[in-house]
Amino acid sequence: MTLGTWLALFVALVVTAEIVRVLRHRAMRHERWRRFFRHRTTTWGLGILTFLVIVALAAPLVAPYDPDKQLDIVHLKNHPPSWTFLLGTDVLSRDVWSRTVYGARVSLGIGALGALVAVALGTLVGAVAGYYQRWIDAVLMRGVDVGLALPRIFILLMAVALWDGLPFAALIIVIGLTSWFGTSRLVRAEVLSLRQRDFVVAARALGAGSGRVIFRHVLPNAAAPIIVSAALGVGNVLLLEASLSFLGIGVKPPEPTWGNMIADNAPSIYTAPWSTLFPGLAISLVVLSLNAVADGVRDALDPRAEAA
Amino acid sequence: MTLVDVRDLVKHYAGERRWFGLGRPQAPVRAVDGVSFTIASGRTLGLVGESGSGKTTVGRTMLRLQEPTSGKMLFDGNDVFALDVTRLRALRRRMQIVFQDPYSSLNPRMTVDDTLREPLEIHGLNGTVTALLDEVGLDAAFAKRYPHELSGGQRQRVGIARALSVEPQFIVCDEPVSALDVSVQAQVLNLLADLQAKRRLTYLFIAHDLAVVRHIADDVAVMYLGKLVERAPAGEIYAQPRHPYTRALLSAVPEPNPHTTKRRIVLPGDIPSPAHPPPGCPFHPRCPHPKKSQRCRTEPPPLRPITPGHDAACHFAEEPM
Repeated sequence: MTLGTWLALFVALVVTAEIVRVLRHRAMRHERWRRFFRHRTTTWGLGILTFLVIVALAAPLVAPYDPDKQLDIVHLKNHPPSWTFLLGTDVLSRDVWSRTVYGARVSLGIGALGALVAVALGTLVGAVAGYYQRWIDAVLMRGVDVGLALPRIFILLMAVALWDGLPFAALIIVIGLTSWFGTSRLVRAEVLSLRQRDFVVAARALGAGSGRVIFRHVLPNAAAPIIVSAALGVGNVLLLEASLSFLGIGVKPPEPTWGNMIADNAPSIYTAPWSTLFPGLAISLVVLSLNAVADGVRDALDPRAEAA
Repeated sequence: MTLVDVRDLVKHYAGERRWFGLGRPQAPVRAVDGVSFTIASGRTLGLVGESGSGKTTVGRTMLRLQEPTSGKMLFDGNDVFALDVTRLRALRRRMQIVFQDPYSSLNPRMTVDDTLREPLEIHGLNGTVTALLDEVGLDAAFAKRYPHELSGGQRQRVGIARALSVEPQFIVCDEPVSALDVSVQAQVLNLLADLQAKRRLTYLFIAHDLAVVRHIADDVAVMYLGKLVERAPAGEIYAQPRHPYTRALLSAVPEPNPHTTKRRIVLPGDIPSPAHPPPGCPFHPRCPHPKKSQRCRTEPPPLRPITPGHDAACHFAEEPM
């Protein structure tokens, strides 16, 4: 690690703290966002995620080595963490810190976009099935049953076989398209109970169309389970990407992701645990922070969550 | 002039099918089983019955918030059950509903302002939220509040304002006061009466309590197990009830004078399941009438005029009890 990378890291930390401070300060003016910052864990979660995003964006400044470069396959293989190699090196003598930093780009990208596609699709299908009921519900939910029954890896393998050399965007779409089944069931159940509520009946009696009823009355009241499933979804997508990489069909090899770092270094987990431990910690940190932020978002959207 | 004309309204809920939907369906629940009545413009019909008698279903089916099984509902000459979506939406402006439970009838995520502005937007009306709040006796400052910040009575007023927002002619009041404190009940009843006088509204007032209906209704219809058992002008039904069920209901109305003693008629048992209504007169298993006979068990009594304008569905409506 050179002085430059330490400096870059320090700047990233300061920028993060400043962003969170400013956001918090501005939030105090609006009741809704005040509720968001009510829990200390939410603030921390937001800070950690901001920091990771900044580090990912500034990867060339923060990473001391080329993430794909094998530094010295004979002498620097599985080197333990030291001041030169902050998180050690992996089985191919690549710097784990640099790979983790660059891996954040791909992993955070796939995690966020994949989960977004999955939750949007699941919410839409669940809302339509739950609201219109009858044959629409039956058809959609039997489709979901099939989706849940087929092993996801198998579907993905088929997609990969058809596509050959999956581009990044295609990977996100494929992951998104196979991850929405659980969310749609959750949303459907919520919609089924909400559509019986008097305020939904009242909206229909006032002449509101189904779109307005669904988007203004039903879904906002189903926000809590949707947000929680989105936060958990990101974690799931990160792990799914890892297992795809493990099978060699995820992101193409030299390009680092947290998932394929774990997959590539799994054989040496006893002799060189650092090369799997740190990307693993990064995944855990993201999932934990997201859940903390999700709690805040849920409170921000719920006017009943008053400051106790 | 007749504004609302309900003819032989039927609403059955299909019985559940066992064995994953492959088996024979269970008996349907006959929530509403052939109900007819009319309401003249500017008048109030009180619809009374105990829980499970189907009175709420009548109100919701009339507004086509639930699809009817059969029957007709004429609103100012329009056949409501035959309208397509566009024309139904236009007609919805003229028929509104106020709900029983003020806690679930307002969207918890919307401020009072959002709730009242929405119908104005949908129909492109140029009323204002402030005017609506004023009309139901709430200060304009309430517009910024969320439902959970209001009391039951205040919420019910917002619910009434929402119904008024589209300037309807007819409002179904589905037990609008039964979830409120007694003191607040009177205020809300007075508000409804004032609004009726001011806006020349027509009400279907659903209640399980004859004392409440007495204040507001011009005519009263009594429901039991999905059917009307008696229908008469309010004064008449309180003075001279004809159906034994109505007599039992009236005997349960609290008497404010502690020195008058009156005979309470206590009905044995509960209302039967509307999936398996008793044969003959639906009320016969609980009927305290001294003349009750074999005929009641086999032959369903039709709703027939006893005196002009006073109908009852009892074979022995003319006999004293």
